Amino acid sequence: MGGGLYSSRKTKLDTTKDETKIKPYGDTMNDGKIQLSFTLPIPDGERAIETARQYVAQLNMQEIQVVSHKPLDVNFTFFVVYATAEPTIDYTGIHVQELEIETMSMKETDDYIHQKFGRKIVVLGATTGTDAHTVGIDAIMNMKGYMGHYGLERYKMLDAHNLGSQVSNEKFVKLAIEMHADVLLVSQTVTQKKVHIANLTELVELLEAEGIRDKVLLIAGGPRLTNDLAKELGYDAGFGPGKYADDVATFFVMELTRRQDQAPH
Amino acid sequence: MTPPTIQSKLHLDVKIVDQARISARAIAEDMQHFIDRHTTDSVERTVCRLLGIDGVNKFEVPLPNVVVEHIKKGNGLQLGAATYLGNAMIDTGLTPQEIAVKIANKEIDLLQIPMHDRFEIEMALREEAEKNLAHIRAHREIRTGKLQEFGDKIGPYIYVIVATGNIYEDVVQAVAAAKQGADVIAVIRTTGQSLLDYVPYGPTTEGFGGTYATQENFKIMRTALDDVGNEIGRYIRLCNYCSGLCMPEIAAMGALERLDFMLNDALYGILFRDINMKRTMIDQYFSRMINSYAGVVINTGEDNYLTTSDAYEEAHTVLASQFINEQFALLAGLPPEQMGLGHAFEMDPGIENGFLYELAQAQMAREIFPRAPLKYMPPTKFMTGDVFKGHIQNTLFNAVTIMTDQRICLLGMLTEAIHTPLMQDRFLAIENAKYIFNNMKDLGDEITFKSGGIIEKRAQTILEEAEQILRKIQRKGLFQSLTEGIFAGIKRPEDGGRGLDGVVIKDAQYLNPFIDLMRADLFTEEN
Repeated sequence: MGGGLYSSRKTKLDTTKDETKIKPYGDTMNDGKIQLSFTLPIPDGERAIETARQYVAQLNMQEIQVVSHKPLDVNFTFFVVYATAEPTIDYTGIHVQELEIETMSMKETDDYIHQKFGRKIVVLGATTGTDAHTVGIDAIMNMKGYMGHYGLERYKMLDAHNLGSQVSNEKFVKLAIEMHADVLLVSQTVTQKKVHIANLTELVELLEAEGIRDKVLLIAGGPRLTNDLAKELGYDAGFGPGKYADDVATFFVMELTRRQDQAPH
Repeated sequence: MTPPTIQSKLHLDVKIVDQARISARAIAEDMQHFIDRHTTDSVERTVCRLLGIDGVNKFEVPLPNVVVEHIKKGNGLQLGAATYLGNAMIDTGLTPQEIAVKIANKEIDLLQIPMHDRFEIEMALREEAEKNLAHIRAHREIRTGKLQEFGDKIGPYIYVIVATGNIYEDVVQAVAAAKQGADVIAVIRTTGQSLLDYVPYGPTTEGFGGTYATQENFKIMRTALDDVGNEIGRYIRLCNYCSGLCMPEIAAMGALERLDFMLNDALYGILFRDINMKRTMIDQYFSRMINSYAGVVINTGEDNYLTTSDAYEEAHTVLASQFINEQFALLAGLPPEQMGLGHAFEMDPGIENGFLYELAQAQMAREIFPRAPLKYMPPTKFMTGDVFKGHIQNTLFNAVTIMTDQRICLLGMLTEAIHTPLMQDRFLAIENAKYIFNNMKDLGDEITFKSGGIIEKRAQTILEEAEQILRKIQRKGLFQSLTEGIFAGIKRPEDGGRGLDGVVIKDAQYLNPFIDLMRADLFTEEN
């Protein structure tokens, strides 16, 4: 396989970009270049290399180069593979529900709340269930903030409470009622074996049982969360990686405003 | 007290270091008076375990819990579980385990047995206690023997975690890692175990983000690591988590199954698991005494402060906590050689000269705690899912590790923030570390720091700030300081958190044969 590092380019490659037929890009339009790394539970050697190559071929790849293979143990081998992918995708046909709002700064948000509500918005945040990780909720809520984005605790017009980790859904709902929360933020970091799904669903059920689901904005966040997934689980929004306190704050003040304006007077 | 003995490359002021130690000593001694007057449910369950009580009743409740709850229900715990067990041993001629089974079957009520002579009780207990302590000492000798046979690692120990949730799958991962070059295998506990007020029983195959710490799981992994160690001619250390509501019980289980390292911090549970501070203080003392006796190197958890607070601004709280952990450890009979004081490489990678600050802090810890096998933690907070950048962040961390002679190096995983490590992630981390440790081996010896430069100034500033904060804690007392949120900005009420109902004031006649026996061994010459 291979035939040298410099001769892997297809000769009859159509290098015109077509948004209805998008392919991975290496250094030439439509070359389809993909890098893969994976482990197979087999001993290293020539047979292993050929197995890896044929496996990648079954993934509908071509021009497969097994560029590295290392034994992890007697019966495990790690591969790095470059290949070209054949399928194309119609980019024009892809639609996702993105939270497309212009993110406001902390001051803008504070001013906006002052003007629209004339009171502080109560925000409760927690890592719920058995999850012990506070990194997500801390990044959004802590005074200091994260990556240069101040946390919600610093907002003058927010009454923000970070309840920390391992907060049971029952306790969270109880506190939400006691503290008249407007917004609930739930962080989930441990997502192994889908434990986060069950936990997030349970919270929605509890809120419904207490009759306060429609009285609060319910927002989930975490490395494996998307807005689509959160909505599917009955949340008002979901924030994944790369979203900060200001993104979350902008979303919930806008949404609270929308609901306030809609409410019968 | 451990006076610094090495030449300071950072020109740290020895007087400030001494003053910081004096404050930390006072803080710990103040707390020790409180500790000495109290026991807890978990300390008493540990006494049960060390008297040989193991197993569960038909509802899967561990027998140590059954016994302690039984005594507590009869309002007897202030005398210590040992008093009632020793008394029952004399009265019935049964072993503690047989007595525990009878309690579980409701065939005996320890509080109804007339109290025998205290001296007789002590004698009966002593014999039983000595048996298990001899078992622990034998494990210690096996470790020493293996290390003599194979020789111990020079330079940083490569420490990796396994976290599949299934102990048998953990074994597969651990054995592969050992062959790749890992020196220490830590089996991460399942999320939530720290909040259980009992230790689960038997081998387990279902956990979230980790595997239950059970005595059987300890045994399974120990056997696997001994086997692979014999095969490759190295002693592979096993690490688990001696924290949460069962801190001393897990220390006992680890001592009985020859664990080598234990995460064991005086303050961690209070701050990060909302466990009551009184409960934690009492529990940490007995757990550390057991770890000391078993030759276990404890690993403290200061790195966690930096994942919660800012690593640049809060660096001095790490140093202050290390001083406090050191003094608590000394009071529990742990020599500096068994203190894996923790710290971390957690600054925002975007900070200009961030590497210099990390280097300064690591070198500072090295100089202030010259005999301690420092435990250095990799970047986690600013790992983003960009595995390529993550691998470089880990490389910089490895460079600081080797340049400043950190002893226990928990390798960073390029997939941090994505998933618990895959076998290949661990392999890439070990390859990275081996490359850096070899390629930069003596760089630390070759360099000096510019007088009055960024590195020297950074270290001096942190030391000064740490000394000031320790003075403040000394003035207010540790409990009050924790209430005010002195570490990681986390405030904990003195009577809040989990586990306070498990704290008991000791009677003047309270008995715990292990504290006496272990103290006699641990505080001979040095202290």
